[in-house]
Amino acid sequence: MTRKVRRVFILISAAALAWVFFLAYRPLPPLGFVHSQYGDLVNAITVPERHITDAVSAVNFDVRAFDTLGEEFILFTSVMGVLVLMRRQSDEPAGHHEDKAPGRTVPPASDAVRVTALLLVAPAMLFGLYIVVHGQVSPGGGFQGGVILASAPVLVYLCSEYAEFRRVLSMRLAEVSEAAGAATYILMGLVSLGLGGMFLENLLPLGRSGTLTSGGMVPFIDVGVGLEVGGGLSLALLAYLEELVEEKEQ
Amino acid sequence: MNYLPYAVAAWLFLVGLYGVTSSRNLIHLIMCVGVIQSSSYVLLLAIGYRVGGVAPVFVDIPANSRAVDPVVQALMLTDIVVEVAVTALLLGLAVQVHKRHGTLNPDRLTKISG
Repeated sequence: MTRKVRRVFILISAAALAWVFFLAYRPLPPLGFVHSQYGDLVNAITVPERHITDAVSAVNFDVRAFDTLGEEFILFTSVMGVLVLMRRQSDEPAGHHEDKAPGRTVPPASDAVRVTALLLVAPAMLFGLYIVVHGQVSPGGGFQGGVILASAPVLVYLCSEYAEFRRVLSMRLAEVSEAAGAATYILMGLVSLGLGGMFLENLLPLGRSGTLTSGGMVPFIDVGVGLEVGGGLSLALLAYLEELVEEKEQ
Repeated sequence: MNYLPYAVAAWLFLVGLYGVTSSRNLIHLIMCVGVIQSSSYVLLLAIGYRVGGVAPVFVDIPANSRAVDPVVQALMLTDIVVEVAVTALLLGLAVQVHKRHGTLNPDRLTKISG
């Protein structure tokens, strides 16, 4: 099938799909006037009963804490998948890529990039930690903060050499962080069981709303998820960069 | 105006799908998958929207303020995590494809070996 024929097929199918979208959306109520009772309920109880001022965190780490455990392990598994895929395999053909321009070198990073990245390393770490520990108070939490934390080693890579980057972020550190984060989540569930509740039931003292220590179990889970996400993304990054460096050396 | 977010979601889905089917480079194709996925963010946020509602963060507003639905926002967070997972895995697969076949053009990846 040539590209032209394929394009005609695609356009016909896309038009049909657009029509299906139209039929599906037409009976929907106008935007903003209908809302789920579940959402209203969460909004109503989040501050008075759960002492969590960020309702999204209340949903993720308190009301639906068990579902978020699954979400965390989606990421965990995919990082493992990346590590398996990027592993050097014995039957790999070496070198020879027909689409690679010979003799082309990568230009070094400009001074502007280096200085900006260097200046941003410490703020990125601090901001990441802030977002992780304030998940129950303001928008943020383990997932968002973990990604910001993982950006700090990337900034180190941008402002220095690969060796320096490896000194800051070792495989071991990222692995331990990811595993410890995932374990923290499960441990919090076991703590609930030990206190006589259900798995991941929030039984710790709830504290005063709007403070760092509010939300009972939520800040602990946030820190665990932050470690897991930060470590996991760093691991995936290391796997990709390792590949890049090996190719450069060939 | 009431249906604009739905239209945007449908448009993102279709334009991403067109990108996936007409792509000449696997990296570009993976980014198009991301575009498709972003249509679900728009749709989820649109479903949770309430006229006159504020963000469901009650730090400095009364606890009984009218706020948008936090449940779909939490679902959207899950959605983003899934997108990260999918993108990371697909990029890993693209690297393997390039190693084994020396090309990222899906049209030239016609050989099957097992």
